[in-house]
Amino acid sequence: MREIALHLLDIAENSVAAESRNIHMDVVENLQHDLLTVSVKDNGRGMDAENAKRVLDPFYTTRTTRKVGLGIPLLKLAAEQTEGGLSLETESGKGTRIEASFRHSHIDRMPLGDVGTTFFMLLISYPHIHWVFKYQVTAKDGVTNLFELDDEEIKSVLGDTPLTEPDVLKILRGMIEEGIQALTPQTEY
Amino acid sequence: MPAIKSLEELKRVREEALVKKQMKAALGQIQVIVAMGTCGIAAGARDTMKSVLNYIETEKLSGVTVTQTGCMGMCEQEPIVQVIFGEQAKVTYGKVNADVAAQIMKQHVQGGTPLKDHVLPI
Repeated sequence: MREIALHLLDIAENSVAAESRNIHMDVVENLQHDLLTVSVKDNGRGMDAENAKRVLDPFYTTRTTRKVGLGIPLLKLAAEQTEGGLSLETESGKGTRIEASFRHSHIDRMPLGDVGTTFFMLLISYPHIHWVFKYQVTAKDGVTNLFELDDEEIKSVLGDTPLTEPDVLKILRGMIEEGIQALTPQTEY
Repeated sequence: MPAIKSLEELKRVREEALVKKQMKAALGQIQVIVAMGTCGIAAGARDTMKSVLNYIETEKLSGVTVTQTGCMGMCEQEPIVQVIFGEQAKVTYGKVNADVAAQIMKQHVQGGTPLKDHVLPI
């Protein structure tokens, strides 16, 4: 994985596979505290204590097609390389929250990447899930800007019109791109 | 009194309409599935999917469903894309980068002819 945004996409796939109805995805860049935090919270089936421990093991997976999982251990490694870390809270039947934190300025921090595209893909691909995306940037001077997209209203306006209709795609993509652009000045690396 | 008879008829008409609607939906249904397991994402599946959505948007293709799926056990062939064109059998493509995805959209999804080069034999 070359981008943190790709890790987010990957982690969200776990939430989808866990039959979540609601998934919250947060990206917080805090330049004042030199911190980058990303998290995915779902209300899926969660894990018991034993599985929660095993999930950090690269040789554990629920998939049946291959013997290694890798998704979460890779993100953990990426975070730890920047003096950050990964935390996992989960409860069987309730849901899971995964948070990874990075030192923003660390030389080994992989680029955040295209967060907007990650949001967009998930929104379009899983219309039955209620998505809440947040992307917050706090500049060095403490000025904070927030982009938030809760898809509930969009979906109630659209009714049964599919999200993959060309015009719908255009509007949604525009909404996300413009919203995220407005958060800048944002420093990559 | 024709009441019961008409009700029965109405019910039948409704069921027929429903069947017709389902048949029509099945025939006209085009589904594009992008594999987005850890392996797929690492191999560039997000760009592949972006290309698919971009094609739909720019070419104004209506009625195409785009979904994701997990790892299919052929990680070496990722990014993998499947196309279901109406009643036809599912076609699975391997090593689909953004360019190949656009070709698949044009030739298969829009034109109805599978793109031979990238079809996986499964």
